Amino acid sequence: MITEFTPLTSALGGMMVGLAATLLMALHGRIFGATGIVAGLLRPGDRNDWLLRAALLAGMVAAPTLLLVLTGQMPQIQVPVSTPAILIGGTIVGFGVFFGGGCTSGHGICGNARFSRRSITATLTFMAGAFLSVYVMRHLIGA
Amino acid sequence: MRLLTAFLIGLLFGTGILIAGMANPAKVLNFFDIAGTWDPSLAFVMGGALLVAVPGYRLVLGRPGPLFEQGFQLPDTRRIDRPLVLGSLTFGLGWGVAGFCPGGALPALGTGRGEVVMFVAAFIAGLLLARLTRTLMQTRLRAT
Repeated sequence: MITEFTPLTSALGGMMVGLAATLLMALHGRIFGATGIVAGLLRPGDRNDWLLRAALLAGMVAAPTLLLVLTGQMPQIQVPVSTPAILIGGTIVGFGVFFGGGCTSGHGICGNARFSRRSITATLTFMAGAFLSVYVMRHLIGA
Repeated sequence: MRLLTAFLIGLLFGTGILIAGMANPAKVLNFFDIAGTWDPSLAFVMGGALLVAVPGYRLVLGRPGPLFEQGFQLPDTRRIDRPLVLGSLTFGLGWGVAGFCPGGALPALGTGRGEVVMFVAAFIAGLLLARLTRTLMQTRLRAT
């Protein structure tokens, strides 16, 4: 499936993500990591922490509705893989980010933005992993 | 107030992710498919994010603390260890299979699409499985 090259909207969206990460640190002193938010919600500890994560998640989940109101359409989500691929891939992602201590947002944006060596290592490693598995899935297995 | 700003920050993040195309598996997978239908857009997402977050973090972390909390909560580990590398490699492999990453899937949940719900459910199952694995490994270490 061919997708359109969108440098401007992608850069604009990225800048909004970078701004959100900066604001979360400036106001709440936290790293913006999707993994940390979900993992924290699954492990109720401090009530204020839990509510903060729930509010972040609620804001994220509200985003498609905001776009629907502003643009009149839902954001485009095209899924070119099978249901088993989503389920198996999703489980592998959850398993990996737990031990890796973060994902594209926590390591890829927040960690790299403060030049953490751990995050730079993690980012290079998970990017390499994704290149490898896409190559295997699409060009060797042909799924 | 604290919860309202968190909600708005989540909304800004989610809207950015959706506009950027990070919640669209077809686009994400094409970024990694250099040998096929390559779409380099995702490099612009990370570039744009870092363009703002690098100076933003520098400015913010130079201040005595955040507005609503006592101090900044930053990870104190610096070691590049086996869990970091193997876990990240595993994450990357799974990302290439499913096409969603956690930060892309959470905002996409709001579309109510079945594929996104399935991914997030599987993601949570993977997190819990990993937690169980670590607990078992630690118990075994203590036993020996």
